[in-house]
Amino acid sequence: MIRRALGAVVPVGAALVAFLFGAIMIVALGANPIDGLVAMLDGAFGTRERLATTAVRATPLLLVGVGICVAFRAKVINIGGEGQIVIGALASTAVALAVPGTPKVLLLPMVIVAGMVGGGFWGAIPGALKAYASVNEILSTIMLNLVAVQVMNYLLRGPMIDPLEVEGSRIPQTERLTDNAALPTLLSGTRLHLGVVIGITAAVAAYVLLWRTPLGFRLRAVGHNPNAARASGISVERSIVTAMAISGSLSGLAGVVLVFGSESLRMVTDGSAAGFTSAAGFNGIVAALFGALHPLWTIPSAFLFGGLLTGANNLQRVLQIPSPLAVALNGIVVVFVVSSGRVRTWIEQRIRQPVDDRGASAPVAGGGG
Amino acid sequence: MSDFFTLSVLVATFASGVRLATPYLLAGLGETVGQRSGVLNLGVDGVMLLSAFGAYWTSLETGSLLLGVGAGLLVGLVMGVVYGIITVIFQAEQGISGIGIYLFGLGFSDLLFEEMVGTPTPIKSLPKYSIPGLSRLPILGEALFEHNLMTYAAFLLVPLVALLLMKTTFGMNVRAVGENPEAADSLGVSVGLTRFAAIMVGNGMAGLAGAALTLGLGIFQPNLTQGLGFIAVALVYFGAWRARGVMLGALLYGIVAAVVLQLKARELIPLEASDLAAMAPAVLTIVALVVVAGRIEAPAALTNPFSRH
Repeated sequence: MIRRALGAVVPVGAALVAFLFGAIMIVALGANPIDGLVAMLDGAFGTRERLATTAVRATPLLLVGVGICVAFRAKVINIGGEGQIVIGALASTAVALAVPGTPKVLLLPMVIVAGMVGGGFWGAIPGALKAYASVNEILSTIMLNLVAVQVMNYLLRGPMIDPLEVEGSRIPQTERLTDNAALPTLLSGTRLHLGVVIGITAAVAAYVLLWRTPLGFRLRAVGHNPNAARASGISVERSIVTAMAISGSLSGLAGVVLVFGSESLRMVTDGSAAGFTSAAGFNGIVAALFGALHPLWTIPSAFLFGGLLTGANNLQRVLQIPSPLAVALNGIVVVFVVSSGRVRTWIEQRIRQPVDDRGASAPVAGGGG
Repeated sequence: MSDFFTLSVLVATFASGVRLATPYLLAGLGETVGQRSGVLNLGVDGVMLLSAFGAYWTSLETGSLLLGVGAGLLVGLVMGVVYGIITVIFQAEQGISGIGIYLFGLGFSDLLFEEMVGTPTPIKSLPKYSIPGLSRLPILGEALFEHNLMTYAAFLLVPLVALLLMKTTFGMNVRAVGENPEAADSLGVSVGLTRFAAIMVGNGMAGLAGAALTLGLGIFQPNLTQGLGFIAVALVYFGAWRARGVMLGALLYGIVAAVVLQLKARELIPLEASDLAAMAPAVLTIVALVVVAGRIEAPAALTNPFSRH
């Protein structure tokens, strides 16, 4: 009972301490932290439009985060979200560019599948390298992020460049995709689009997959104890590749949502991954961690961190505090949440201490008497 | 193409490769010391961004490059204390806490830049210092002995880090706590203190790497490193946890970057093809990771927190 309660209280406490750091930063930047908090909450949740924008900003974090959860259950750490987003976006954009006239009902499923296949492929590579060549997935995913960025720069400067840009200023971007490729808006007057529904559906699907299907059972068995899983006839190697492929395909889906849910409806690069992804591949890790690496808890968690991003934009408008504050805060949240496991152990030991003391001191007292 | 293969162009390209290798080398050597003690620091890129901003801003305000380097080192050491507390005292999962450090560095350096500087203002970059005599040597002179002091320092640190790790008591303790912390602990070596010290060395060098990067370029902008620190972490694996191997990896990255820059500048290949060429080091690193993973053992306790039971 106490254990369960601590499991929830300690990470939340850690996040609160992290936000206290945020408040200190706001003070250091010469603003009132209460005004800062109000501006952030107002910017994130204040109006119907802002709520919708928060949900839209949260969606890539949710999709990447759910992918992190799936991989984590098989004990694989997927830090390759950035690259998988980029490859998923490129694959889906290429499809949309190739068949521009296709009706929306056909085109949307096609681009979604393309994005998931692209991201899934990019995730399966480090999965296979880990399973069959014992290559640390943290490193291989980071390297593949770098490769993906160069693939993007190459394609957007070369084969996929907007024909208008070839003779023009050579901005590395695709042409504007046809409107029948856009994710439909769900609430007129807001940015809320189908991507948000896709994100939540993916989270529920991942939950069902992990806890209600044989495949999910196998993945969790491998994560829990690979040797026992192997002894009971599960292929550990194939499970690792599968987990990473699913994880990557969810990040690839995030790439689809970023392109087809954008107002500009095109892919453009500034030469870096973060320029396209806004670091969603990393911020998704924060959402997943804060959601206790559970797909369903990652939904509110991603919404919260989406709110942090939109709130920070408002903070910049109202109080002139630079919006990168949100990214810095995300980093602090990660550090505090992953450090909080130790604090939890300490508290648990403190709670058990009195019992242990009595047990330990009794023989001594007896010996003295 | 023939234009590229003249001796003077090749030498100039090699020399610029050596210069571009400097931040990779400094950060990679530091990370080597940390990993040998069993601590993976994925936050190197974030530390480099913060120290680069510190070095840039200090040089901008004071006009002194030396103070800039000092500021970079100081920021690195402060981040070392932070990462030491996270890793040694709180025993956090290293793969993820490093991402936290990275995000913090990425966001906070950007925030400070926008708040305190605003637009990228050039500063004086590190001057070249020709080593008397040696720089007169044909070919080698220009390639190796006409660099800035940070580049010389980085390459001098290669044998020094190797000596530190292999020949000193501290180095032996570092390797012991990285391979078998329980055994080291039972022999009276403080695992926590040794790892903390190794983290300080690693972060201090990441700080110097950030300073070398921004002062070498004479400019700072948000996300200046563009993932350089992550490559430095991979170079440690590439170099099989040896200073010399890390140096070879750093040189590979530097020289490929220099070649790509040359080809671009001379318009020998289309702009988009240079992006494909720029992918080569990352692909090579992945190949190297496969080779290393099969043959060379990482420090056995890498990423495992230590606590007595």
